[in-house]
Amino acid sequence: MARPRPEPMQVVKQRRDAALGALVGGVPYIRFLGIQFDRRGDELTGVLNFDEKLIGNPFLPAIHGGVTAAFLEVTSIITLSWTFLFPDIESGAIDPERMAAGDLPRPPKTIDFTVDYLRSGLPRDAYARATVSRSGRRYASVHVAAWQDHHDKLFAQATGHFLMPPPLDADARG
Amino acid sequence: MIDKAVLARQFIEAIPHAKALGMRLDEIGAGTATISMAYDERFVGDPKTGVIHGGAVSAVMDTCCGAAVMSHPSAPGGTATIDLRIDYMRAAVPGQTITCTATCYHITRSVAFVRATATDEDAERPVATASGAFTVEGK
Repeated sequence: MARPRPEPMQVVKQRRDAALGALVGGVPYIRFLGIQFDRRGDELTGVLNFDEKLIGNPFLPAIHGGVTAAFLEVTSIITLSWTFLFPDIESGAIDPERMAAGDLPRPPKTIDFTVDYLRSGLPRDAYARATVSRSGRRYASVHVAAWQDHHDKLFAQATGHFLMPPPLDADARG
Repeated sequence: MIDKAVLARQFIEAIPHAKALGMRLDEIGAGTATISMAYDERFVGDPKTGVIHGGAVSAVMDTCCGAAVMSHPSAPGGTATIDLRIDYMRAAVPGQTITCTATCYHITRSVAFVRATATDEDAERPVATASGAFTVEGK
């Protein structure tokens, strides 16, 4: 049997970008830090746009260790949510318009988060990518790495464990 | 000792990100520090519940641990985080101030070891705990 005709590219992109935009844009703290996400297919890259208010050591100057930790944690949570929701976004079970209207799925809860500071964060943009090492029904383990000028020169990395939200209930599937 | 406390306070209050989060240095002693952060809607991580993002709690913990290291009598100058682990016990109650207390419980010529606890207005039940290693840097 012939496979169904693939959806037009714009439809796919629009759906995915709308869902990601809602997931990220709905969180005040992500806006406060100035973090955005680049998407290539299902792969996400967190982008921390540099701003003076992110400085932790004004004499070096260097990005605040807490900002680095927060950036890594935000990237982990968004990547984990995205991975968890992606099948439902693709199938249409989740409506990106309802997400944008504030009907957001519950985010995973951080259980613990361990950050390795490898170099000081320079006063410029930073990037991070997270990989979900294991995602079970209740617990997930995520590794995340961040870099600035050179992808192979990480300035920080982290591992975290997360409590997954309960599966989507009937009304969220609308 | 007094000079060191004054120096640490000045240092913390000069940190742009500490200012951006509205952090207040409540106490600083010989290897201990208490920093608080008032509730602010800009720091919310879950818009449905209004709970503060873990990242903002991390930033307070990191700053507080650094302050504890710098206030230690054996610390000659600045410090930087080598690693920091944070355990989240529960969500902070929306609307409440988060207060973090850190203790530098051991220090060598190169490394300072720190523990910290963060609470909201219910000081009996911690919101998060942290432990980390920090560098010990010269003046």
